[in-house]
Amino acid sequence: MMRHRLLFLLPVLAFLALAVWFWLGLAPGRDPSLVPTVMIDKEVPSFDLPPLIAGKPGLKSADLKGRLTLINFFASWCVPCRAEHPLLLDLAKDNRIQIDGIAWKNRPEDAAGFLVDLGDPYTLAVADQNGRTGIDFGVYGVPESYLIDKEGRIRYRQVGPFTEDDIQKKLMPLIAELSK
Amino acid sequence: MSFAGRLLPGMLLALLLSGTAFAVEPSEMLKDPALEARARAISRELRCLVCQNQSIDDSNADLAHDLRMIVRERLSAGDSDAQVKAYLVARYGDFVLLDPPFEAKTLILWLGPALVLLLGAGGIYAAVRRRPAAAARETPLTEAERQRLAEITAEDDAKPDQPVGRRG
Repeated sequence: MMRHRLLFLLPVLAFLALAVWFWLGLAPGRDPSLVPTVMIDKEVPSFDLPPLIAGKPGLKSADLKGRLTLINFFASWCVPCRAEHPLLLDLAKDNRIQIDGIAWKNRPEDAAGFLVDLGDPYTLAVADQNGRTGIDFGVYGVPESYLIDKEGRIRYRQVGPFTEDDIQKKLMPLIAELSK
Repeated sequence: MSFAGRLLPGMLLALLLSGTAFAVEPSEMLKDPALEARARAISRELRCLVCQNQSIDDSNADLAHDLRMIVRERLSAGDSDAQVKAYLVARYGDFVLLDPPFEAKTLILWLGPALVLLLGAGGIYAAVRRRPAAAARETPLTEAERQRLAEITAEDDAKPDQPVGRRG
């Protein structure tokens, strides 16, 4: 008889388990539309991109070896990029890291104009006009940023604009660790 | 004729005439119809990363256009269907596949519904099987009970004016 009574509890337990699962799904920090990256700890995809402004140096994947780089995919048409921009300008003062900008699916002259208007945090600013390099990284919107270690491996990806919090809590500890 | 009566045939006609909307532009299509058909079939199974519940075949997003072009480029270069999908999975992960792959970590997803169905069927089977057993457990009336029953029915027969069904 006791065994039967426990059996009746089973649906209740199953319901509770589901309820907890769904409740966790509603956690405030969780973004269900976030596409998880498969690029962490992988070698940076190979690319060779022309500069935004003719005469300046371009950027290719082999250049990333031996330095800690934050690659920031941006575009002049991207509103959240404008929100993120002052934080990047701040971060550019940190000499442990080099920030390079890739203008994703953006006319080079528009992207260059964006940097004239808002300031230029990038050591190198290059154009990925057809977006293929971004797609090779797994970019699905801008801004998106990738931290590349000295061996040329992707160590961190940021989807959407950096916040002060992201930089302090996620990026800075990694920069400290990887710049050793 | 009522308003709805006039509207209904028109609505039905519109339903019949409208095909499924798709986003592929004529300029994107491959010349080879067999290759284009394969491209369409693959595109329908790939998720648009921007509007995530649409396939890249349905989506008008700019990125979906780029991915459609990549699918067609890979096919023209001689890739198999599986290779084309692997190319995008390498960049965007399994998320890009509208049908998640059948593997260890997706076992519950694929087999879960069948498992629940089996559990339910098992439960019903067990319940049905127990029922005749429960009937068999009923013990017959004892001699004393039988006599008491006879007395009660005899009492009722002695009072025919008592309305039936309203005792107690």
